Amino acid sequence: MTTKGEKRIVSEEDKIFAKNFNIMDHPDIPTGLPPHLQLQRTRVLCKNDAPIHTASVTYSGAYNAVGVDNSVKLENFSENFKVDVIQLSKDGMELTFDMIGIDAAIANAFRRILLAELPTMAFEKVFIANNTSIVQDEVLAQRMGLVPIAADPKLFEYLSENDQPNEKNTIVFKLHAKCAKGEGRKKVLTKELIWLPKGSELVKESGDSNSKPKTYTSFSRSQKESFPEFADNPISPSYPDILIAKLGPGQEIELEAHAVKGIGKTHAKWSPVATAWYRMLPEVILLGEVEDEDAERLIKACPENVFDIEDMGNGRKRATVARPRECTLCRQCVRQNYGEEVNKGVEEKEWIENVSLRRVKNHFIFKIESTGSLPPDVLFTEAVKILEDKCERVIANLS
Amino acid sequence: MEHGSFTNDSHASFTLAEEDHTLANALRFMLNQDPRVTLAGYSIPHPSLECVNVRVQTTGDPAREVLKDACQELMLMNRHVRSVFHKAVSEFKEEQARLKAEEE
Repeated sequence: MTTKGEKRIVSEEDKIFAKNFNIMDHPDIPTGLPPHLQLQRTRVLCKNDAPIHTASVTYSGAYNAVGVDNSVKLENFSENFKVDVIQLSKDGMELTFDMIGIDAAIANAFRRILLAELPTMAFEKVFIANNTSIVQDEVLAQRMGLVPIAADPKLFEYLSENDQPNEKNTIVFKLHAKCAKGEGRKKVLTKELIWLPKGSELVKESGDSNSKPKTYTSFSRSQKESFPEFADNPISPSYPDILIAKLGPGQEIELEAHAVKGIGKTHAKWSPVATAWYRMLPEVILLGEVEDEDAERLIKACPENVFDIEDMGNGRKRATVARPRECTLCRQCVRQNYGEEVNKGVEEKEWIENVSLRRVKNHFIFKIESTGSLPPDVLFTEAVKILEDKCERVIANLS
Repeated sequence: MEHGSFTNDSHASFTLAEEDHTLANALRFMLNQDPRVTLAGYSIPHPSLECVNVRVQTTGDPAREVLKDACQELMLMNRHVRSVFHKAVSEFKEEQARLKAEEE
């Protein structure tokens, strides 16, 4: 103990220690966010009436008061980002994968690009030479537009208003279906669409009978030569069994359809995905012990078999969460009597607080269903490239 | 297009033509992550017009530079996403092929 006036000798070691000392390094002091804030930041709580804490806290200085930096620096992102492919269907057209460590804004950007901004080939002009079926011309043309074509759009160019349709920007198909008198009703399927690699065969009427007849496209070469990929596999619609029209006896359809490149924003027929969607990973937490009879009822209540029974010994049972991924938020597990009163016709809803239903904010289960022009993993890669291009365009405009 | 002031270039609004929520929301997220930014937001004046207004206010750095940096970071993030995705899909396909070969 020092008395007033006496000097205390401070060693160099003590000075260095004092300079580098940070109370937050002490092992007993909790760092990071307090658990309730961490819950708010990383989980959406799906309450009985509506979800809360849905917006992601993006502001980098949000937790400055607690001394926590909320920004996601690129190094942290690169370390924590993961992709797990869950399933690829047999025909290779449906892909399910998990993206972990990314924010909703960017996942949504990918989804929007997949739906609306990836180019595909689809029928735009339909030249109808003969249509005596009961399907009107315009309805037939609209149905033709929605037929998916299995052609890689990267090989083709866009056709603008001033361009001539040529072998680089148009694919021509022909359809000639007839139902003879005396036959029963006939179905016209997409397998009857025939690819014309040399271009249109319909002749444009011109008064000049001496010059060579002009058609609606000006192909200089057969597409089988200009695109070696199609030399042995002819271009065809993605599925041969799509119904286009039905013909009664004596009815006939003769048409030629020209497919061009476009994006989903202009018209949904140019969307390369049947659909693409994501959901956040569900998390189901039991807030307290659910035992014996209650456990049995809980297991029966869940239509997706999320819960399982566990034996605790002494003949007592307990419910555990076995498959939280299957949860569809039907909320049967939080209803009074686990929803059994529905059978009794009771209208009033009462809730119990045994189970907490949550969603993990940065874990997305993506599902992409392609229509056939490109496989879903190629589609996703293209979508990411398109977002990069958009950023580049903004940077170029700003400089 | 930048609507700012000549004296203070740390606060500015930018108009991006032919853009919508796809890029604007992703940009807003990246801007918010930057510690130099005090305010970042976007609005779409009318849904029929393809145009987005992005507002950036910073702690001193010119807003234009901060926006450019955010775009750069978004691009790098996308590149990383692409490479990780590609690796995951090829590993998955190899695994599938291996399992199929084992079955036969």
